[in-house]
Amino acid sequence: MTQDEVKKVVLDIIADIAPDEDLSQLKSDVRLRDQMQLDSMDFLDIVMELRKRHGIEVPEADYLKLATLDSCGEYLAPKFAALSSKS
Amino acid sequence: MNRSSDYDVVIIGAGMAGLAAGIRLAHFGRRVCIFERHNASGGLNGFYSLDGRKYDVGLHAVTNFVRPEVKGTPLGKLLRQLRIDRSEFALCEQLRSAVRFGGEAGAELLFSNDPALLESTVAAQFPREIDGFRGLVGRVRQHDDVALDSGFRSARSVVREFIRDPLLEDMLFCPVMYYGSATPEDMDFSQFVIMFKALFLEGFARPRDGVRVILRVLLEKYRQAGGERRMKCGVRRIIVRDGRAVGVELDSGEEITAAHVLSSIGSEETSRLISPAPKLESAEPPRSPRHPRLSFAETITILEHQPAELGWGDDTIIFFNDGPRFDYRRPSVPVDVRSGVICLPNNFNYGGDRLPEGVLRVTCLADPSFWIGRPDAEYQTSKRAWYAAMQTSALRFLPPLPGGLEVETRETDMFTPWTIQRYTGHVEGAIYGAPEKVRDGRTALANVYLCGTDQGFLGIIGAMLSGISMANYHILARNG
Repeated sequence: MTQDEVKKVVLDIIADIAPDEDLSQLKSDVRLRDQMQLDSMDFLDIVMELRKRHGIEVPEADYLKLATLDSCGEYLAPKFAALSSKS
Repeated sequence: MNRSSDYDVVIIGAGMAGLAAGIRLAHFGRRVCIFERHNASGGLNGFYSLDGRKYDVGLHAVTNFVRPEVKGTPLGKLLRQLRIDRSEFALCEQLRSAVRFGGEAGAELLFSNDPALLESTVAAQFPREIDGFRGLVGRVRQHDDVALDSGFRSARSVVREFIRDPLLEDMLFCPVMYYGSATPEDMDFSQFVIMFKALFLEGFARPRDGVRVILRVLLEKYRQAGGERRMKCGVRRIIVRDGRAVGVELDSGEEITAAHVLSSIGSEETSRLISPAPKLESAEPPRSPRHPRLSFAETITILEHQPAELGWGDDTIIFFNDGPRFDYRRPSVPVDVRSGVICLPNNFNYGGDRLPEGVLRVTCLADPSFWIGRPDAEYQTSKRAWYAAMQTSALRFLPPLPGGLEVETRETDMFTPWTIQRYTGHVEGAIYGAPEKVRDGRTALANVYLCGTDQGFLGIIGAMLSGISMANYHILARNG
């Protein structure tokens, strides 16, 4: 999965968690938290949805790596790659 | 149906807190079952049918209402966490509410879902207090009310830093206490902040068909997520081995094993189920003098006409008190009719629609020790007498009915602390739970947690958030 595809995965999750947010104007290099009302409960949900839908594990120490869409792409793409090479 | 006897999580009680926790846990793949002793879900926020009418038990109004564009409030968090679209709750906004204090120094505050109305009536009625009031609102807005570890702080003392007139102080405390204080006279400032925001800075709304609309949404979400539910199936014991809960024993004697137990039935009520009881490291002295639990009596009158046709105006909820000082404590008489809450469920904006009949609800503080266990004949006689006393008192705060209430009365019902205890199991009918809250939900056992009234988030929205936050904090976040 490319980084752009990974970002799309994250955006899909955010769209389900926060359907009341407008995601069309999101900048991929700005912290998600600064562009939307996302609190720690919502971030926990992004992590848990990644596990539920895609089997991706994000340890708590790495939560900061989900700060922006770009950093999500960089951090998660290798995890998706490792997963697909296993299967 | 195949019933399992082993779950990741057992939830005790199918009220708002238990259902919300169940939705979260089931959504994230936990095998979860809710056990409910009663035949209906909802707990303190349920409903019942009588002669073809459906009555809400607890719900006057859903507090914490904000419009969709207002972000970052409890209602929005709740909808997100439960993946509920706000239209599913079909919330209709209140018209307007009031705080009316009678007697010589009588005064009236009005409030609605627009905080500007309260501010303008404070400015008009208490011109010397308006700067203090604005300061108080600022203090409330910047307070972190969801911290799970804050200690007790007197709300009265904080409010007095801003408000000097004791009449205004009591008029602000009256609704806040009636809609969510488990402690008499004073309350924890964090609780005050939660309720002040819920009532005055956010607001009231209601689905046209009452609390069952909300319950239906929760039950359906829970079912879709794969959660199981067993009704008329009480838990009589939490089974303990080697200092941990290993499961529960049902009223039928059946044993269910579980890795976690989440209990919404109250702190003391949960402790009583834990068997064998854990040995406490040291006998802890009580942190503060224990207050008696607070309970209420409520009357429901079905009217021949809509309140508007009776000239009762736009008031949705009226918090009343007949003197300058407001006493919020367990009364020494069966019902303290000096103050109370009037609810006119017709006075929400149902968008051109309306309720089929006029309804008048009155709630007052009541003494559980009078009502609980009273012989039936005497109980019925007392109910009739106190029903009448509550109407007489409340009607002083509504425009007079020329023919009196009797000719307007189609049907009546009343519930007391005994009714509440009988149907919900909450000791002494304490709808706001025990005075001492356990904000982090911990119990004597590492894998038994509390949610609901005794955890400390109150009201319908608070109850659901309690279930959500305890499920997140103790089970989902911790165990990955």
